[in-house]
Amino acid sequence: MKTLADLRKIREQAQKEMAAREQSAKYRICVGMGTCGIAAGSRAVMSAIIDEIGKRDIQDVVITQTGCLGYCDQEPLVKVTQPDKSVITYGKITPEIARKIVQEHILNNNVLGDYVFTQD
Amino acid sequence: MHRIHILIAMDSHTLAQGARAVKDALLKDLSLAGLSDEVKVVETGSLGIYKKGVVLVVFPDNIYYTGVTVENVAEIVSEHIVKGRIVEKLKYSKAPGTEVKVQEKAPRFGKQLRVVLRNAGIIDPESIEEYIAHNGYEALGVALTEKKPNDILEQVKASDLQGRGGAFFPTGVKWGFAAREKAEQKYIICNADEGEPGTFKDRLILEGDPHAIIEGMALAGYAVGASKGFIYIRGEYHMSIARINRSIEQARENGLLGEKIFDTDFSFDIEVREGAGAYICGEETALIESIEGKRGEPRDKPPFPPSEGLWGKPTIVNNVETLANIPQIILNGPEWLQKLGTEASPGTKVFTLVGNINNPGLIEVPMGITLREIIYDIGEGIPQGNGFLLAQLGGTTGGILTAEQLDLPLDTDNLRKIGAGLGSGALLVVDDTHNVVEVVKNFVEFFNHESCGKCTLCREGTGRLYELLDKLVSGQGVLKDVDLIERLAKTMMTGAFCGLGQAAPVPILGCLKYFRQEFEKMVNTEQKSVSAVV
Ligand SMILES: Cc1cc2nc3c(=O)[nH]c(=O)nc-3n(C[C@H](O)[C@H](O)[C@H](O)COP(=O)(O)O)c2cc1C
Repeated sequence: MKTLADLRKIREQAQKEMAAREQSAKYRICVGMGTCGIAAGSRAVMSAIIDEIGKRDIQDVVITQTGCLGYCDQEPLVKVTQPDKSVITYGKITPEIARKIVQEHILNNNVLGDYVFTQD
Repeated sequence: MHRIHILIAMDSHTLAQGARAVKDALLKDLSLAGLSDEVKVVETGSLGIYKKGVVLVVFPDNIYYTGVTVENVAEIVSEHIVKGRIVEKLKYSKAPGTEVKVQEKAPRFGKQLRVVLRNAGIIDPESIEEYIAHNGYEALGVALTEKKPNDILEQVKASDLQGRGGAFFPTGVKWGFAAREKAEQKYIICNADEGEPGTFKDRLILEGDPHAIIEGMALAGYAVGASKGFIYIRGEYHMSIARINRSIEQARENGLLGEKIFDTDFSFDIEVREGAGAYICGEETALIESIEGKRGEPRDKPPFPPSEGLWGKPTIVNNVETLANIPQIILNGPEWLQKLGTEASPGTKVFTLVGNINNPGLIEVPMGITLREIIYDIGEGIPQGNGFLLAQLGGTTGGILTAEQLDLPLDTDNLRKIGAGLGSGALLVVDDTHNVVEVVKNFVEFFNHESCGKCTLCREGTGRLYELLDKLVSGQGVLKDVDLIERLAKTMMTGAFCGLGQAAPVPILGCLKYFRQEFEKMVNTEQKSVSAVV
């Protein structure tokens, strides 16, 4: 390392790796991972989301998991939370739709109306 | 991409509780669940939670688990990590404060405020990248490439930071003495000897955030014109030694120590020296003697180390906690530090809260906090509903505070008025089931053992004080012994050669001031008429 710019480059990279520990992320994507969710394929949905976020190098998102949301027939469920906006829960999500949620909802701020299960 | 980070505190305490085995079990269970790519397990320094076994934190949920054993790792993985259901029975609700973000107004967490401990328990202390991610080495980079040594000196002066090794000497003033010396070679020494019983704050700072010390030392070196540093570290601190050595290696590999740092003319490197377990070697001139390979005994002062220290060269000796403050002051400016404490004592203070207290541990609080807040809010009070007898502030040489001072804002000015100081790091709480004289005898036993023997007053004084106190405790004392204890203590205070003998009387005189009747009660009434024989 020779310059301040070198240092800052290392910092940027390291901050990405530590993003999960920051409490300031704008978006929170939560995947239903109860027995029902997993049986319906939420693992693959989760993997797709992680992959898409990583590929697109999106910074201000944290991905969490939750148990049964009480709507087992709608699983896999994906809940997207952001400040000052209503919470959107998408139902019956496939890995492909999950990728679309990342591209549209997270990147372009467009809610995917067709897949919304609840909004509150 | 790791969407979940599980932090596991690996400090000397949690290691003894089986943290290593818990980590291994965690890695195994995560791998069995196919989550190794999604979940990162990070070793961190102490989280400041004590006597609660192995501690984990799960991010981004920010859930703390305590008392984790190999047996319940599987449940945490299958419930929390896989299904997102928090394992309530292990959840710790009183999580300590998280870091104070750089450039932000410092948030409070309960009554705690984390400046020095901002990274402890948050980053992996063995990863230079994680330190850099939290703005590490930015202060050094900015200083070397954009500022003059004198700018750094002026900033530290303006912050009015005072040494956290116990004496609260203004750090900037001390640096100024060394800066104005003309010498080919100057030295920066980090004092990590930490010999005070009950004090282990420096150990936890070193274990939790070793790079902050390296950066602080390099900044000190730049400000005063020193190219060489030593960390004098207590020999029993195996983990601190390992971590600091590793961090020094990493800093060298990244060009942050060594020749021409940040491609400037500034060169700086650090060596570690292990102490051999003498309390006196924490005294700065004895420490210097020890580094020089001699018997650790204090030197005559003046000359003071900033003009003639290690091998006769200008030398700055600073405490671990003092140095940990430096990068933050350079990054955030001197006013920032002043906003955190009181006018007399800016900033925060790290204490190890020990003794009769429900929630012991490592705490960092803003100066000006009261004893009541520390004991009853942060420490959650005294066990078994016992009453408060006294607190000793700042280790064995620390002053004595009683119920009268529970609401006194703690800073150097207020404490000086009552003849006490903030001291180094331990805050010992003693409940009313204890006999004051026995407590004092305990303190003196330590000094008697640790007196280096160089000067008569301390060598003989500590021994005779111990005998007198022992005489009282065993029911053989007479009334005159109490006066003798007081006279001897006062004589030592004014006449002893170094800080050890001068400070040893502080807790004795403190206890005499507030609890004289307790001493007199110990006197053997049948012998009251007999004169004292010493
Ligand atoms: C007997 C004795 C023991 C001491 N032990 C320590 C110690 O373990 N750590 C420490 O930082 N300072 C210790 N000091 C204080 C040092 O002499 C010195 O004041 C301090 O390291 C200066 O650093 P500071 O200005 O950052 O506080 C001790 C002093 C005495 C008299």
